[in-house]
Amino acid sequence: MSDKKEYPEVIDIKSADDMPPMPVSLGSMRTNKTASWRSIRPVIIEEKCKLCMICWKYCPEPAIVPTCPPTIDYDYCKGCGICIEECPFDAIVSEKEGK
Amino acid sequence: MKKVLTGNFAAAYGAAAARVKIIPAYPITPQTTIVEIMSEIVADGLLDADFVKVESEHSALAACIGAQATGARTFTATSAQGLALMHEMLHWAARDRLPIVLANVNRAMAPGWSIWADVTDSIAQRDTGWMQMYCENNQEVFDTILMSYKIGENEDVLLPTLVNLDAFFLSHTSQIVDMYEQKKIDKFLPPYRPKLKLDVNDPRAFGALTSPEHYYEFSYKMQIAHQRAKEVIREVGKEFSETFGREYGLTENYRCDDAEIILVSYGTIAGTTKDAIDRMRDKGISVGLLKIRYFRPFPEKEVCQILGRAEKVGVIDRAVSFGHEGPFFSEIKASMYGSNVPLYGFITGLGGRDVSISNIESMVSHMQDNEPSNLIWIGVKK
Amino acid sequence: MSAEAETKKRKIKLTIPEEEIMSPGHLACQGCGGALAMRYALKALGRKTIMAIPACCWSVIDGPFPYSAAGIPIHHSAFETAASTASGISHALSQLGQDDVTALAWAGDGGTFDIGIQALSGAAERGDNIIYIVYDNEAYMNTGIQRSSATPHGAWTTTTPVKHYKRGPKKNIIEIMVAHHIPYCATANIAYPEDLIRKVKKAKEIKGTKFLHIHSPCPPGWKYPPNITIKVARLATETNAFPLYEVESGVYKINKKRKNPKPVSEYLKLQGRFRHLTEEEIEYIQGEVNKNWRRLLKLEEVFGEPLE
Repeated sequence: MSDKKEYPEVIDIKSADDMPPMPVSLGSMRTNKTASWRSIRPVIIEEKCKLCMICWKYCPEPAIVPTCPPTIDYDYCKGCGICIEECPFDAIVSEKEGK
Repeated sequence: MKKVLTGNFAAAYGAAAARVKIIPAYPITPQTTIVEIMSEIVADGLLDADFVKVESEHSALAACIGAQATGARTFTATSAQGLALMHEMLHWAARDRLPIVLANVNRAMAPGWSIWADVTDSIAQRDTGWMQMYCENNQEVFDTILMSYKIGENEDVLLPTLVNLDAFFLSHTSQIVDMYEQKKIDKFLPPYRPKLKLDVNDPRAFGALTSPEHYYEFSYKMQIAHQRAKEVIREVGKEFSETFGREYGLTENYRCDDAEIILVSYGTIAGTTKDAIDRMRDKGISVGLLKIRYFRPFPEKEVCQILGRAEKVGVIDRAVSFGHEGPFFSEIKASMYGSNVPLYGFITGLGGRDVSISNIESMVSHMQDNEPSNLIWIGVKK
Repeated sequence: MSAEAETKKRKIKLTIPEEEIMSPGHLACQGCGGALAMRYALKALGRKTIMAIPACCWSVIDGPFPYSAAGIPIHHSAFETAASTASGISHALSQLGQDDVTALAWAGDGGTFDIGIQALSGAAERGDNIIYIVYDNEAYMNTGIQRSSATPHGAWTTTTPVKHYKRGPKKNIIEIMVAHHIPYCATANIAYPEDLIRKVKKAKEIKGTKFLHIHSPCPPGWKYPPNITIKVARLATETNAFPLYEVESGVYKINKKRKNPKPVSEYLKLQGRFRHLTEEEIEYIQGEVNKNWRRLLKLEEVFGEPLE
């Protein structure tokens, strides 16, 4: 996993000439940082983490990368809390967003 | 190579000559012989294609769309109820800008059940964004299918075409059709190579949620494509004549240049009108025919140019737009807004009622003796 | 990397493929079962997949023009055309010589059990070479939680309000597909991703029409907080409300059997859409779950081996 994160350009369509003949995608939804959806954020407690990767496995975005310990991508995490609920070692806690 | 073919066979062989790859089709009288012959051609190995025996017309067009979007040339055929069932997907094919060709055997809409000629089915699909044209004879069916692929696949066009042929009068009537040489056809119509398609090496989503921010411009672009299509139709028609010896345009001018009265018609009625005109000319009546081939895109330039010179114009419609008047009549009248030429709107032939040479002659005498009117029902028992 | 970190890294065993094909930034609700289902299916199928998506939550989740999240080519299509569009795609792929590309139909329960069932039946009868996956959130969720024929008995939806809650069982879509004699049908559950991925990979290797039914909980539609999506999904199978099984050319195999299945009330009580149910009504549902489980066991008994 590279340290440098790449965000695709936001596509700015100024005229009909910039558009393909039919609606066909020109870029990735990665431009849409869903961080703003959160009201709580999951935080991994490294000492408790046993590297089982269950959090990574069950993330619907996915906003977790399977590093040691797993890295939560806070640009995309929607704060659903599945990782907190599913962690068998209580190694992820919920913190209020906007602290 | 000349053969004696029914309109349905001409459509099937036209699609085969165009080397279509996927044929999803569902039977409906009187289109059935198209699908039967195509499945035989494929089974006999004469055409390298997949004949997909879909379970409804809606699925037929949906399968065409999936296949065409993946990059394969497709063909299907239907009629009346089947075309109506496809309606939702007709919009889809056009807005997806997929140059599918569909042979539609013009048949009356039910109820009552009717298998006979009437163009209400295709007229009702006028606003879907498809190009649509009407064939006068089986040669034209064969030729138009070939041209429609070339026109539709043009980068500036990318639109599907509805090729209409009258039920029984063309579909089941044998005429001589020149099928040319496959080598010449292959040169005229190279393989389909779309720029944008479903490609795992260039993954994209087609047809996603489109907000008011962009939908308007897509519609604008589609209209521009229709306008450009008029030029492409003329260009391809010229190229076709250079290659195969028959010229086609958006319309056909039959003895209009010095005509005082010009009739406008389409489909098989146009053929009958030509015979009627020859007969009337022999009797000294100055009459000509503007045959409309393309209803969409609408040939307003030809219409205004040719009809503007007439003293009287009679439009013969094989459909009526309930609550208003004949559909071609309306559009011709609108095109000629500002002109003083008296326009007569004739309705005839609905539900397969035969339109004879004497019917056409009676229309002309009506025009000679009466003031113009919008809804003149010919042959109706009142 | 330090020795400690090396050791740590070696400890990581991923039970599902690592590569992410789907990107985050998509528009699925928090805790969406359908998003997970797609993430797993794409891991199983890989990038050489073309997907037909009819009207359903994923029509929106993937993102509006000009963006896409899935990472593979998608053809959005009309509501009832998942299977017919995928059929067209599969035939074109075959004619164009792209035999290593999978044609996938990805639809919700509405587009599968209801409006899309004709096209699905047609494709299955023809044996078109497609994988059809239905992610079942048990109602028309994309349009705001209206009932479908996949809505279970007892559930509230906007068109089956509490006083007229949905009565009658879900259509048994696996039985319908088995009746089409297709080579592979299976149920799957997002709480069991290894099993789901195994089944999708299996389907990929078979020629013909393959059908997968994925249990896909929906927080806003089923009325539960998003963090327990996996818990709810898991309980569906642990209570036998949603058994995991495969039918391969008519041969039944149940994948998970618990000695003591949990009571279905544990599954129902987590979901607000069942909150109005009385104890008797829950007992009735338990009876139906038991009956269906026994029937499935019998099917496995009778059809557990290929018939001569």
